[in-house]
Amino acid sequence: MALLEVSSLSKSFGGVRAVRDVSFVVRQGMIKALIGPNGAGKTTLFNLASGFVPPDSGVVRFDGHAIQGQPPHRSAALGLARTFQNIKLFAGMTALENVMVGRHIRSRAGFLASMLHLPFTWREEADVRRRSLEMLDFMGIASLADMEATSLAYGQQRAVELARALACEPRMLLLDEPAAGLNMRETVELSRLIVRIRDSGITVLLVEHDMSLVMGISDEVVVLSYGEKIAEADPATVQKDPQVIRIYLGEEEC
Amino acid sequence: MRPALLRQVAAFVATVVVIQLASVAGEKAFLLTQLTMSAYYTLVVLGLSLFMGYAGQISLGHAAFFAVGGYTSAVMTTFDLGPFRSTAWVAAAGKVGLLATRTDAFGSQVLAFHPWPAMACAVLLTAAIAFAVGVPVLKLKGHYLAMATLGLGTIVYSVALGTATLGAADGISGVPPLPVLPGIAVGGNGSRIANYYVAGTVLAVSMLLLLNLVHSRVGRALRAIHGAEDAASAMGVDTAHYKVRTFVLSAAMAGLAGVLLTHYNGSIGPSEASIMKSVKYVAIVAVGGMGSLWGTLAASMVLNFLSLRGYFGTLDDAVFGTILVVVMLFAPQGILAIDLRRALRFLRPTRGAPAEPG
Ligand SMILES: Nc1ncnc2c1ncn2[C@@H]1O[C@H](COP(=O)(O)OP(=O)(O)OP(=O)(O)O)[C@@H](O)[C@H]1O
Ligand SMILES: [Mg+2]
Repeated sequence: MALLEVSSLSKSFGGVRAVRDVSFVVRQGMIKALIGPNGAGKTTLFNLASGFVPPDSGVVRFDGHAIQGQPPHRSAALGLARTFQNIKLFAGMTALENVMVGRHIRSRAGFLASMLHLPFTWREEADVRRRSLEMLDFMGIASLADMEATSLAYGQQRAVELARALACEPRMLLLDEPAAGLNMRETVELSRLIVRIRDSGITVLLVEHDMSLVMGISDEVVVLSYGEKIAEADPATVQKDPQVIRIYLGEEEC
Repeated sequence: MRPALLRQVAAFVATVVVIQLASVAGEKAFLLTQLTMSAYYTLVVLGLSLFMGYAGQISLGHAAFFAVGGYTSAVMTTFDLGPFRSTAWVAAAGKVGLLATRTDAFGSQVLAFHPWPAMACAVLLTAAIAFAVGVPVLKLKGHYLAMATLGLGTIVYSVALGTATLGAADGISGVPPLPVLPGIAVGGNGSRIANYYVAGTVLAVSMLLLLNLVHSRVGRALRAIHGAEDAASAMGVDTAHYKVRTFVLSAAMAGLAGVLLTHYNGSIGPSEASIMKSVKYVAIVAVGGMGSLWGTLAASMVLNFLSLRGYFGTLDDAVFGTILVVVMLFAPQGILAIDLRRALRFLRPTRGAPAEPG
């Protein structure tokens, strides 16, 4: 079943055609990778899919709902969570508090209930805290719970951001270059983690430059170049595609 | 309930009592008047602190909300409906007990709204205006938002100053007291000590509600908007909704403060709506610390008290302007949030920068 369906999506910024008529589907339960040289439009595609940028034309369907042009909190509520290429943690909040915000859509205390500290909010808060600690633990950083998130080391910040996205209990996770800045050992750990996430039932769409990571864990790969989709297949086929080798892998050699 | 918060509020109540006892023992009970007024101004500042310090937005229009509340209540409780007694809606309002007859300062009978329905209308009107203004304006950010709220402040100020039914430059006086309990009223001939305790109670209850709020799911969402708005919306926080709600809540608190202070003083004038008042509120929030309700409460009580006692003389506006500049330059997180060790390090640059980054 197609969980995310992108049809004829286009977006220009001034004269730059960042995404041109791109279509693909991500089926439930798979790890799909989106690769391409710098500036190919990968992040823009993520922004279009998660509601941060409205498309010029085209449709984004998540679980059957057309979500293009809707604000990001709508797609989050439908079960689409994401991380950012340039990590975006909440400044002035601890790692635990950051992850607790991830439980926002799984809790419901509003202004009045919160001000009156109604009994249901006590239970809810306890639950939010417990589940968030579990997520930090899953990422192996439970000991950092009370540290200010933005003061952590780079890799730890990535872990907090991923824990926060997982705390949403999403149906699908968009990861924008999760291995950027990680060393080889951390990257191997990350690839195991992504597989575990997929095995827990969360569909993954991944933007990544690290080819060993992408080719090792992806079920399917989409290749973008200058905003256009130039290939879409399983990793082995994509690696043999002459156009991909020329445009994408060829570029890395120079 | 949260034991820590209850302990803090209990400590605040104890402080309120100690100050009252000390002022009476020291034969300085007259100071309670300015403390009562400071408490009501502090209500404005606390609401603004929620909007600025937690949600990370800015408003230069909070004096306008204070004035809308105060003026609405003043007009409704002083405008004589006697001549309209026979019209259908006045008769209906009288029948359901919304109106009250009293004798004004000149000995004539006045039929006007009772202070309680007037207060309810005043707060609702303030909230409605904040909502109507907030929905489009809160799409703006940073100094655009500051300018838009500044514009609102200017409008309310000129309307207050230029409208005859609002008393133009004189404002409205003869506002009746607001009865609270048998023998206790805000303003009028109500006792000074009783009024002080009413104001203290209003502050204590407001603090409890606000502290609950900032320690909740909602408070977390507001801080998230402040910390990284994009990421907050990616986590499902409806950022526009939260900003508007917070704006309306803080405006309603300003409106309520305007109502209470107007009944306490028995009058309100256009200066309450002036831009300088809004700047003053912002300056106090800045001193108290962005994101610290207790710090804001302390800063507000002290600064408003000094200002009302006339310690700053004719330079009052200049003092608050200076405070704002100094805080922004040297301690944008608020004076009470200064990390002393870092400040000292800053003063001794020759010793070499420490290895760990700030
Ligand atoms: N908000 C924006 N305004 C203007 N131009 C933009 C904007 N966002 C992206 N672009 C442009 O669109 C193109 C695609 O950018 P995008 O960030 O999507 O690429 P990318 O594939 O994620 O690259 P990278 O691998 O470097 O992250 C680039 O030319 C970029 O400069
Ligand atoms: Mg990118």
